[in-house]
Amino acid sequence: MTNPVRPASTVPQGYGSRSLAGRETTSLGDILERVLDRGVVIVGDIRVNLLDIELLTIKLRLLIASVDTARELGIDWWEHDPWLTSKDRDLVEENRRLRRRLTALEEDGLVEAREDLRGVTRGGATGERSRVPREGRD
Amino acid sequence: MTETGTYVYAIAHGAGGPDPSGLEGVAGAPVRTIEHAGLVAYVSAVPLDRFGEEPLRRSLEDLDWVEATARAHHRVVEAVSEAVATAPVRLVTVYTGEEQVSALLERRHDDFAEVLSHVAGRREWGVKAYAGRPAGTPSSGGREQEGESPGTAYLKRRQASLHDRDTAWRHAVTEAERVDAALSAVAVASRRHRPQDPELSGREEWMVLNGAYLVDDDLADEFVATLDTLRGRGLDLELTGPWAPYSFTDIDLGTAEAPDDV
Repeated sequence: MTNPVRPASTVPQGYGSRSLAGRETTSLGDILERVLDRGVVIVGDIRVNLLDIELLTIKLRLLIASVDTARELGIDWWEHDPWLTSKDRDLVEENRRLRRRLTALEEDGLVEAREDLRGVTRGGATGERSRVPREGRD
Repeated sequence: MTETGTYVYAIAHGAGGPDPSGLEGVAGAPVRTIEHAGLVAYVSAVPLDRFGEEPLRRSLEDLDWVEATARAHHRVVEAVSEAVATAPVRLVTVYTGEEQVSALLERRHDDFAEVLSHVAGRREWGVKAYAGRPAGTPSSGGREQEGESPGTAYLKRRQASLHDRDTAWRHAVTEAERVDAALSAVAVASRRHRPQDPELSGREEWMVLNGAYLVDDDLADEFVATLDTLRGRGLDLELTGPWAPYSFTDIDLGTAEAPDDV
């Protein structure tokens, strides 16, 4: 077929991570960044609930863009500060991982909470009230 | 027999596109085309027991599945975009049948035509800029003064170390802005993606620029030459591409049929 546009032929290999010969070596991150950047949206008659898609994009966001702002990078410097002992560094790293997961879980929780709001709020509150005094008496 | 849906990869101008028969789509399915009103959609059939609403919900949680699907999607988009002006469609866009795709081409004809004329004869290039993290040892102010306590000396060294990092960061960000401005001047349009996490980029350095640039094919050489003049000023510049114009063909297909519960 016609192939009028090939500026890549003017570019020597080695400039980029992606060579013409090795298309499969294209970084997955670069691909996902492009095909998912605007979020996965199912159109037409088949559509995955947008709330579920939020879960996916949260996961991918952790992969693709956990480094976002200069401030975050600033925090990162401390975490990789060679003045800190390696033990401290591990703790800081673990702390960061846990904070990320907490954020993701909180978002999940919000989603579920929103879904559950309709039916559960009343019953849950009643159950809570009846439980608390009983524990107080013991 | 399993019901099938129609998976859409990209929309292109009707003429000049590649023969779809040689293309393999997601889940190994052969790619075909649906033409309507001067536009052509590249599609393939997908089994709804894998690509229906419920199964997709589970599949999208599986990053291996997402990777295989994304790569297959990308392969088709690349093949089409190398031959003809192309508007890639988002990953996992599934219609129940060909009639619905024809209806889409009819309904959004003008939007597609506008986007396609914007990207015709142009391709997307990616440029990432990395800045090395400075070494932990401070370059200045670390010497212990006479009569100074070890504690004070330590704090001074530490302060100097942080100061060095701060200076390096500011310098890198300023340089990245300069690189982006120079490349944008050659490009028709530009867009900045978020910097990638080291885990994803595979590099320890700070990514201070993750840009996408839509460049006229005639100016591709100039774009690359411009990038070369920007090298050697402290940033490691990485060029990828040319890509299909993923970052410049944003058409919200969902708007017309937004779910009523959101």
